[in-house]
Amino acid sequence: MEFLIASAIGVLTAAGIYLLLRLRTFPVILGISLLTYAVNVFLFTTGRVVIGAPPVLRDDIDFYTDPLPQALVLTAIVISFGMTAVVVMIGLGAFLGSDDDHVDDQVTPSNDGEKEGAK
Amino acid sequence: MTHWLIAPILLPAMMAPFIVLAARYHIGIQRVFSIAGVLTLVLLSAGLAWATSDGTILLYQLGDWAAPFGIVLVGDRLSTLMILLTSVLALFVLVYAISARWDERGRHFHALFQFQLMGILGAFLTGDLFNLFVFFEVLLIASYGLMIHSGGTQRLRAGVQYVLFNLIGSTLFLFALGALYAETGTLNMADLAERVTLIGPDETAGIRIAAVLLLLVFAIKAALVPLHFWLPSSYAEAPAPVAALFAIMTKVGAYAIIRVYTMIFPTDLEATSGLHDVWLLPVALLTLIVGTVGVLAAKQFDRLITFAIIGSMGMVVVAVGLFSQEGIAAALYYIVHSTLAAAALFLIVDLVRASRSDLALEARPPINGAIPIAGLFFLAAIAMAGLPPLSGFLGKLLVLQAAFPTQSMIWVWAIVLVTSLISVVGFARAGSTIFWKAKAIPLPPADPDVPTQATEPATMSYVAVGSLVVLLALHTVLAGPIHGYTTQIAAQLFNPAPYITTVLETPGKLSDGAKEEDH
Repeated sequence: MEFLIASAIGVLTAAGIYLLLRLRTFPVILGISLLTYAVNVFLFTTGRVVIGAPPVLRDDIDFYTDPLPQALVLTAIVISFGMTAVVVMIGLGAFLGSDDDHVDDQVTPSNDGEKEGAK
Repeated sequence: MTHWLIAPILLPAMMAPFIVLAARYHIGIQRVFSIAGVLTLVLLSAGLAWATSDGTILLYQLGDWAAPFGIVLVGDRLSTLMILLTSVLALFVLVYAISARWDERGRHFHALFQFQLMGILGAFLTGDLFNLFVFFEVLLIASYGLMIHSGGTQRLRAGVQYVLFNLIGSTLFLFALGALYAETGTLNMADLAERVTLIGPDETAGIRIAAVLLLLVFAIKAALVPLHFWLPSSYAEAPAPVAALFAIMTKVGAYAIIRVYTMIFPTDLEATSGLHDVWLLPVALLTLIVGTVGVLAAKQFDRLITFAIIGSMGMVVVAVGLFSQEGIAAALYYIVHSTLAAAALFLIVDLVRASRSDLALEARPPINGAIPIAGLFFLAAIAMAGLPPLSGFLGKLLVLQAAFPTQSMIWVWAIVLVTSLISVVGFARAGSTIFWKAKAIPLPPADPDVPTQATEPATMSYVAVGSLVVLLALHTVLAGPIHGYTTQIAAQLFNPAPYITTVLETPGKLSDGAKEEDH
């Protein structure tokens, strides 16, 4: 169980970082999604992996699982989902405007003219 | 428990949806409410700063849950100083945005502006690391909207870079929080400060990783080299008032470094020993060098200012990286100075842009209103470059003084002094190219078909920029009392016991019993 989760986090992170280093917007967004999946699973395990235990601490229970990471993961999922949607929209706008989806700064000598047009 | 502490977060949080829902099509009403909201914020934060200036620590428990279980907001001298700085900056930036009609060039400027303020103020006030993450996201998502306000391809492209970089930062932040939680079982800052001291000497691997990851995240926010690449293009492409407001966002990173690395991971903590002196100071010095070389090398006026910001963040973190009371006091003095100076410079760039075809640092025909703009630029550039008599000079002096007794004195002195000279040259070159050499270039023959001549900038624009410069002058004149106050802030930071007891021992729901460790 531990091995499965740990290797899943590792594989997701590695794939995410590989995609992050790509030049174009779409793979980078995919890479960020993979990274956020990895971090969600990672957050999930920060309360330790316990199977079949109630998540609530009561006086007569001494075997329980930590409920807080679930709440943290939920927040993280919502935020990363929203942020991914935002970056897709902005990326789409940039791609449609410039017909080019490179992430890096392009060396464009005519930078200034374009900027004026943008105003 | 009074409720005043949450008011600076609630007010913009209520104002923004009100502006969207009720005043959507009435720019005039939006302006009135936006200005009224920010003015109230200034008063609120001034009141809170006054209330904490005697060393009181204000605590607000959300939902009345006691500290490690519920989220707390904490107002001490440092956080109230930062919220006061933020709201004062926001006021003048907003006045400029309205008078230069930036808010009409796209939709929802005022609503996003309020959300941005909510995120920044929340990040300064929160006493919980996960809540800090949430407020970072609030300020980031508002900043994404503001950054691409009024659109344009170039701006959208810069926006994509900015968003992607910050998303990576957020993910790293979550990894850091996860690692911290796995090691300590809490994310409340005061509780963390107590628990990290309990970690045995053989089990420090996890906490060290968490501390370094957190430092990385804050370094991204503070634009420290080599994590600064997002800043130049995004700040240069952002609308001018937005870039001016963003001047406080890098300081959020610096604030977080100061807060976390004086309280949770202080220098004398064995578990993270070697973290402070090995990493932060060299990186900060490198940032200072890269920033000022960028000032000299910039080919565009707006890029020059962005590199000046990177340089000033280097300066701030050099002072923070000394991790002494004098260092933190100097850093706080410099934070106030560089926020105001950077904001003023961004607005000046916009005044120049209004009647110039582009911002390339080449001689062009004179711009409209060249004399007052040149005067403002002269003052702001003196402040930013650190020439006497303005506050940049005093700030750098304080940093040098703080570095004097340390071992790294020779490096700090050499690099700070040389980079100051370089940035003086850089600013002098920009100013003379844009304002002086313009006289030698004849105006192009007037083309009756093309109404190219933009009108003179509005008076209120000058008032907004001028007020920032006046604030800089006040910051210089009152340097004695202000530095005295920042020294008190530093003293409070280096004695976190009252903070921790206030947070952890104030009664609330669940505060009796149920205190046993999770692990």
